[in-house]
Amino acid sequence: MESLTFRHTTAKPLAGTVPSTITGVVASGNLEVLLERVLPPDTCEVAIETPIAGYGPVWEAVVADFVARAQPGGIRISINDGGARPDTVSLRLLQGARLMEA
Amino acid sequence: MTLAEILAALFPGGHDVRVADGLVTGRAPFGGTEATVIGIDGDTPLGIEGALTLSRSVLDAVRAGTKGPILVLVDSDSQRMSRRDELLGLNECLAHLAKALLLADRSGHPTVGLLYGHSAAGAFIATALATRVLAALPGANPSVMDLPSVARVTKLPLETLQEMAKSTPVFAPGLDNMVATGAVHAVLDPARPLDGQIRDLIADLTTEDVRDRLGAARGGRPVAQAVAAQVAAEARRG
Amino acid sequence: MAAQMAASTDPQALSWYEATARQRVVALADPGTFTEFLPPTERRMSPHLPLFDLPRAFDDGIVVGRARLDGRPVLVAAQEGRFMGGAFGEVHGAKLIGLLRAALDVRPAAVLILFDTGGVRLQEANAGETAIAEAMRAIAEVRSAGVPVIGLIGGRAGCYGGGGLIAGTCSRLAVSEGGRISVSGPEVIETNRGAEEFDSRDRALVWRTMGGKHRRLIGGADAFAADTVAAFRAAALDLIGRAPAFDLATLEAEQARLEARIARFGDCRDATEIWARLGVNDPDAVPAMTTAAFDETVARVEEAHHDAR
Repeated sequence: MESLTFRHTTAKPLAGTVPSTITGVVASGNLEVLLERVLPPDTCEVAIETPIAGYGPVWEAVVADFVARAQPGGIRISINDGGARPDTVSLRLLQGARLMEA
Repeated sequence: MTLAEILAALFPGGHDVRVADGLVTGRAPFGGTEATVIGIDGDTPLGIEGALTLSRSVLDAVRAGTKGPILVLVDSDSQRMSRRDELLGLNECLAHLAKALLLADRSGHPTVGLLYGHSAAGAFIATALATRVLAALPGANPSVMDLPSVARVTKLPLETLQEMAKSTPVFAPGLDNMVATGAVHAVLDPARPLDGQIRDLIADLTTEDVRDRLGAARGGRPVAQAVAAQVAAEARRG
Repeated sequence: MAAQMAASTDPQALSWYEATARQRVVALADPGTFTEFLPPTERRMSPHLPLFDLPRAFDDGIVVGRARLDGRPVLVAAQEGRFMGGAFGEVHGAKLIGLLRAALDVRPAAVLILFDTGGVRLQEANAGETAIAEAMRAIAEVRSAGVPVIGLIGGRAGCYGGGGLIAGTCSRLAVSEGGRISVSGPEVIETNRGAEEFDSRDRALVWRTMGGKHRRLIGGADAFAADTVAAFRAAALDLIGRAPAFDLATLEAEQARLEARIARFGDCRDATEIWARLGVNDPDAVPAMTTAAFDETVARVEEAHHDAR
C-alpha cells in the first residue's frame, strides 16, 4: 500500500454546512472518498491510500485540478483507493464536494 | 483419541451411542443425569440429511425436558458440497441444526462441543460453534480453509502465508489459532479423565457469549470486542 | 452523514441490486431517519488487510444504525457486496454483533439485516467464522426476546457461506430475483467436485438452484420482492408483522418441513422438477415470469407459506 498526502491553500471555503459525507465504494476500479469539514477555511488536505504504487504524480495532478475547480477550503478528504482511473477519481471528488455543499 | 476412546472416557458407566454414515447419535448416563450425544466422525461432510438427523436428536432431548447436557463430538469435513444439497436448502438445514442447539441451550441444557479431529466452514458453524462452550483435544485441526487454498485465492506465495501465519492467528488454520480467536474455549488434557473436565466446563458455564472477550484477551481477535461494545453503546444511547 | 446522497434517489426506481449498502439503508428507511453507528469518520477499519497489501474501507463493508420504518424504530445492518465481496471480517462481523446485542435492550420493532455477502473473508477467516457463530447466537436471543430479525437479500454478492446460515437463523427472509442463498457457491462446488456436478458458468443453473424464485417456491424465503428499494421496504413491513416465535414448536415444525421437503424432492436433479411437483403448471416459464405472475404462482404453492423458521 502507498500513502500520499497533498495539502493545498484555497481562495475560499467550500460552500454549505454538511459536516461530513462519503461517496463511492472500495472495489476494483473504484474508490471511496470521505469528506470532513474540520480544517481552517482556506485549507484542503487530501490523504490517499492506494494499493497501486508509483502513481504519485498522477494523483498530484488530479487533486490539484480538483482543488482549483472546487475550492474545497476547510475540507479534509480521505481516500481508500481500489485502483480507480484518474477520471473516476475526479468524478468522485466532485461528487463528494457537491454533497458537502447541499 | 478415537471416538471409541473418547466415548469410553466420557462415559465410564457405559453408553448407548452409535455411529452410522459418520453421524453420531445416542445417550449416556453422565454426572447423575442423562446426556444426549450427537456428532460427526471420520472427517465426514455434513449434508442436508445428516443435519436433520442430528437436529432431530437435539429437539427430542429438548421435548423430553430432562435438561441434561448435550455433547457435540466433532471430527468432520466441511459442509457437503453438491448441487443437490444446495438445491434442497442446505443453508436452512445447517441453520436449523444450529438453532436446535441454541434453543436447547436456552431451554436449560448445557451444550458442550468437543472437537477431536477436523472441522471446517458450514459444518463447523452448525455443530461445534453452535454450542455454549467448545472444548478441543490436542491434535484437533479446525480450519476455515487450508493455506494452499488461501494462497490460491489471495495470490500470495505459500511461504509468505506460512510466515504470516506464525504471527497472525486471525487467518491461519489450526487449533491454536481458533483458541486465540476465542472460538475454542479450552483444550482438554487427554491424560486426565475427560468426564471430569467436561463437568468442570459445565459448572463454569456463563450465560453471555464470551468468545470475543476471549479473543481480545488471547490476542487472536484484537478489536472485535471493542467494536461490538462501541456499536452497542451507540445503539443504546437511543 | 451521507443521507444527502441517496435522499434524492427515488425508492420506487432505485435498483436494490445496483445500489450501494448506504443507498439501500437510507432509501429503505423513512426519509431522514437513519443514524449510523460507528460511521466512516470513526475509521474503524480492518487491522488485518494491510498485512495482505489490500485496501481497507472506512466502514469495513457494513453500515449499521437505527432508523424508522413506517414510524416504528428499527435497527439496521447493511453489507456492501462490492467491498471484499461483502465478506465477514473481524470489524465487519463485530459491528453486526454489537447491533444485535443492543437489540436486547433497545427492543426495536425489528432488526433488519441487508445481506450482501460471499461468506467469510479469507484474510480474516477465523475471526469471520467466529463472528458468524456469534451472530447466530445473538439472533436466537433477539428472537427469543420477541424482536423479529428480518433478512433482505437481493445484492450482487448474494448470500453465501456463513451468510446463508445466518439468513437461515432469521425470523423471516425477503428475496429478489437476483438474490441468491446458498452455503457453497457455484465456483466452490465446481472447484471441489468438477463442472459435471456444477457448471458455475451456467448462470441459468445458478439462478434455478440458488436464486430468489426457487428459494421462495420451496419456502426457503417468505417474500419475493421486485428489484427496487420500495419493494423490499414493503416486504420488510409485511414480514415484521408475521414473524414466528423462536421456540420448540417453531423448530419442530421446521424439522418436519425440511424432512418433508427431502422426502418429496430428494430425487430431483433440477429445480424445474421440484417446481413441477409443487404444482407449477409451466416450470420452464418461471425464470422469465414477471413479479406479478410469479406472485400468483407462489400463492398457489402450499410449501411456500409457513411459520416454520
